[in-house]
Amino acid sequence: MTDSPAGPDPAAPDPAGRDPANPDPAGAGAVAIEGLRKSFGANLVLDGIDLSVASHEVICLIGASGSGKSTLLRCINLLESIDAGRILLWGQDITQPGIDQNRVRRSVGIVFQAFNLFPHMTVLRNVTLAPVKALGASRREAEDEARALLDRFGLLEKQADYPDRLSGGQQQRVAIVRALAMRPRLMLLDEVTSALDPELVAEVLDVIRELAGSGMTMLIATHEMSFARDIANRVCFLSGGRIVEQGPPAELFTSPRDERTQRFLRRITDAGRL
Amino acid sequence: MVGPPQTSFGPARRGSRLLRSGRGAVAVSTASTIVVLGAIAALFLLAPGSAAVRHTFFNPADMWKSLIGNPRQGYYSVGEALWLNIRMFLAAEVLILIVALFIAVIRQSDSPVMFPLRIVSTVYVDVFRGVPLILVILAIGFGAPALNLSFVSTQSAAVYGVAALVLSYSAYVSEVYRAGLNSVHQSQVAAARSLGLSHPAALRYVILPQAVRNIIPPLLNDFISLQKDTALVGVLGAIEANKAAEIFSDTVFNYSSYVVAAILFLILTIPLARFTDYLIARDRRRRLAGAVA
Ligand SMILES: Nc1ncnc2c1ncn2[C@@H]1O[C@H](COP(=O)(O)OP(=O)(O)OP(=O)(O)O)[C@@H](O)[C@H]1O
Ligand SMILES: [Mg+2]
Repeated sequence: MTDSPAGPDPAAPDPAGRDPANPDPAGAGAVAIEGLRKSFGANLVLDGIDLSVASHEVICLIGASGSGKSTLLRCINLLESIDAGRILLWGQDITQPGIDQNRVRRSVGIVFQAFNLFPHMTVLRNVTLAPVKALGASRREAEDEARALLDRFGLLEKQADYPDRLSGGQQQRVAIVRALAMRPRLMLLDEVTSALDPELVAEVLDVIRELAGSGMTMLIATHEMSFARDIANRVCFLSGGRIVEQGPPAELFTSPRDERTQRFLRRITDAGRL
Repeated sequence: MVGPPQTSFGPARRGSRLLRSGRGAVAVSTASTIVVLGAIAALFLLAPGSAAVRHTFFNPADMWKSLIGNPRQGYYSVGEALWLNIRMFLAAEVLILIVALFIAVIRQSDSPVMFPLRIVSTVYVDVFRGVPLILVILAIGFGAPALNLSFVSTQSAAVYGVAALVLSYSAYVSEVYRAGLNSVHQSQVAAARSLGLSHPAALRYVILPQAVRNIIPPLLNDFISLQKDTALVGVLGAIEANKAAEIFSDTVFNYSSYVVAAILFLILTIPLARFTDYLIARDRRRRLAGAVA
């Protein structure tokens, strides 16, 4: 279960590697974050984050509410500007001036806690909008690909529906498909199940599991500890704007070394969530 | 009314309730309309000055004369003059929609490069919302010709009128746009940008289509005002419906021409109101109907 392929595997086909200007240098990580700082006004949210993620690795970010998990993911997608540090994707510094932010965003998929589907478009249009308008794909091509993706995640019969006709779980799966339609090399998932009714969580987690199985590099912020334990190659615990502890889930969840991690996990256990 | 097959419980239940109560509701509303109109008519007809008012304001012969016009006797057709109102309205409307959108987008932008433009458009909106339209019309209508510039100073009164209407109404309509843009949740912007859509593309495909829904009703209100306010351009001497009515009453000493102008304006504005209602209803139906490709 937990031993899905970890680490870079040069022989494995990159599931979405199609950015010729940015080839994967042998051995280089998918993501390298160095000394990342970010504050909102006087509120220092990220205080020197260092993190490297290998291709095909699945990282879960855990931490108390307000610890900056969402902010970190939004920084990687360039939805937030950063105050200091660097973020490199496949060796390319995406935080330096002169970077085409839209091109970066096209290669990094992000899915939010609230589904944020476009309510005035059908499911199919939601999925094809960005491939057509941002990548310049032909409509036919984009629709064929979108249908294939929708089919893969059991959503094909919903293609003509508007989002408000779908259940929360279906909406969230469409949001994932919409991000995948851009053929991202990296997926950022921000608490994608926390707005869902408990009985709808499983179908979304299954989708993420399948993605992990297909070798997608992922950074996942989550409160679902059992899921993190099940899917992550590595778990990072955020506190006070830093990653205070990280390691394989089996280690971090059973024998956390840092006292703050211990306290956090104890509180989670007491709340019956582990 | 039979709509498309209903696929959800919500609209289906609504529909059947309407059907069941439909006939009774029509009877009740017809009856109440007759009673109210009857009361108003009685009040009007029984008033002491009723006959005089009917003669000076509602004289069918004079109404007809002013509608048709007779240049040889010194007055113009109010009906023909209305065509100028319609043209001014249409030209102003198109320009306002475009100008106001630019202003709204500039004011919404947060890029530092746009700062000077933002200041200019903020001042513009403040000024033109504050100055009475009639003053703007007079200022442009008499000011532009006085400049003695080759193109700017040689236009017709109607053109100056349209320019003034555009200046004034764009300020209002840009605020309507802005409210509409703000009504689209910030997370929709983030979702669009996160997919790598450029800012204009996000605006065009994601934000504006959602904003339009909230914009249409207040926009309609502004355009109904605009249709009426084309009458103010008469102060510059343009022979639009109100001016033609004024000339008629000055010549014939009867006010029926104003009633004709009023009726013509109603004929203009009411279809616009109904059309917008129709657009809103259609949009609602579409979204409720769900699976229509
Ligand atoms: N746009 C913003 N403006 C100002 N402050 C913000 C903004 N976004 C986040 N913050 C602040 O940054 C801190 C971290 O927020 P963030 O959403 O990253 O936490 P989180 O770990 O994702 O929490 P949760 O588990 O509740 O989702 C919080 O104190 C929050 O108030
Ligand atoms: Mg969060």
